[in-house]
Amino acid sequence: MEHATLQLPGLMTRTEADLRQIFLRQVEAIPAGERIKRCIQCGTCTGSCPVSYAMDISPRQLIALFRAGELETIMKSRSIWICASCYACTTRCPSGIKITDVIYALKRTVMEKGYESKAPQVQVLAKLFVDNLMSYGRLHEGTLIRRYYMKTGIFKLFGFIPLVKKMYETKRLALFPKKIKEHKSLSRIIKKAQEIEMRHVPEKLEYSAEFVGYRGLGEMKLESRKGE
Amino acid sequence: MKYAYYPGCSLEKTQRGYDESVREVFKALDQELVEIDDWNCCGATMYMSVKETVSLAVSARNLALAERMGLEILAPCSSCFTTLSKTNRILNEIPEMRRDVNEALAEGGLSCSGKVRVRHPLDILMNDIGLETVRAKFQRNLKGLKIAPYYGCQIVRPDKTFDDRENPMLLDRLFGACGGDVVYFPMKLRCCGGMLMTTFEETALKLNKELLECALNNGADVMVTTCPLCHFNLEAYQGKINNFYKTTFNIPIMYFTQLLGIALGLPAKSLGLDSSFIPLGGKINSLAEAHYA
Repeated sequence: MEHATLQLPGLMTRTEADLRQIFLRQVEAIPAGERIKRCIQCGTCTGSCPVSYAMDISPRQLIALFRAGELETIMKSRSIWICASCYACTTRCPSGIKITDVIYALKRTVMEKGYESKAPQVQVLAKLFVDNLMSYGRLHEGTLIRRYYMKTGIFKLFGFIPLVKKMYETKRLALFPKKIKEHKSLSRIIKKAQEIEMRHVPEKLEYSAEFVGYRGLGEMKLESRKGE
Repeated sequence: MKYAYYPGCSLEKTQRGYDESVREVFKALDQELVEIDDWNCCGATMYMSVKETVSLAVSARNLALAERMGLEILAPCSSCFTTLSKTNRILNEIPEMRRDVNEALAEGGLSCSGKVRVRHPLDILMNDIGLETVRAKFQRNLKGLKIAPYYGCQIVRPDKTFDDRENPMLLDRLFGACGGDVVYFPMKLRCCGGMLMTTFEETALKLNKELLECALNNGADVMVTTCPLCHFNLEAYQGKINNFYKTTFNIPIMYFTQLLGIALGLPAKSLGLDSSFIPLGGKINSLAEAHYA
């Protein structure tokens, strides 16, 4: 018999507990990642962000939601995909939280869980970028852009004709991708790194109803690192 | 000094102006650049969004190659500079990460200690070579040229690198010494949107419009950049911004090494100025020759 998920206020649901586990593992890999505990909700990050006006959940709210046990809401937002990684928030945070890196960790959590996002085009671009790198070892912008628009809206490609012409005229157009010499060795490195990455995926822990919000903060299992 | 040169993917062809001018300027200042043999893409910001260990390993392969050469890395592209520095820092600070990444690198017969220094050309010019040495080589005075120094977001952030994180001054000082008129440009660190130009076009157009507006309103003749992505957004999309916002921007965008090359009296062609979409044009010719002789 299926058990109904516990929905008591202040307690974490099973989905949330799973997400939290993946996310915290990602945060652990950030130098000084544990500082996420110290957020004072001042909003300096949101105020410094050049694109927060276009976000549905502001950077400050991202951290508040994470604390409140609402990672699932974040997973479905478009905010994390708009971040252009300019690090304005990270440099200004009075608590020293690496917000840009936290957002990267959120992106990886979404990718790992395979959530459908509100900005699928970013995931398409990220995946094509990785494919491009895997095939050649270097990025070939032409191939990347062509394949990206073939997936997201082929008509936009025609708009690039004048730009491509201009680039050709100024000898800035690389027509064909170039492979690096040690391409095979790079592939082996990538394959091995993927294997290692999988090693760190822990087996599923038994679900126990944890507290969320400020009450749950003390129980966050993040160790402090030396030198920070 | 000798540096391990890491041009990065954009500089290979689409942004050849940066590559050519960096090489020329460093040659003129008696510095030797040895290109890292068989370097690969650093992974940029995109890879970080997908897999962590993999992105670190991809980027660390370049660090390992440079370590074998025993040289500091020179990375002109801001994005490569940040990615490589960040990887270096993570490998240095988190032993578990270093162990994992080295295990992957061993597949290619490489290893990396996380102790390679990653440098940006602006840092080397101002802090190693020094403004006095550079000044001694000036051939042309940039007097009368109004310059907006655009640093972009990645060379001074996120970690403390070689200039202030809120109000960097190295470009201001460099071009001030060239005799140029460095204009007030409060948006010197504001993000250009980077890859958002592909994924969230409207947002990126707005960011770039604000940058151009700020430069224009402060009377700039030219905007200097330190990053291929900023450069491309500001230059190649200026027409699109004009269409979208009904503006009439026509501001030349130059790499700081290109403008510095002009001050050093290097021929325009060798600096890749023929690759600019919006040329500086007659302004270059009107600059005073041999003022410093």
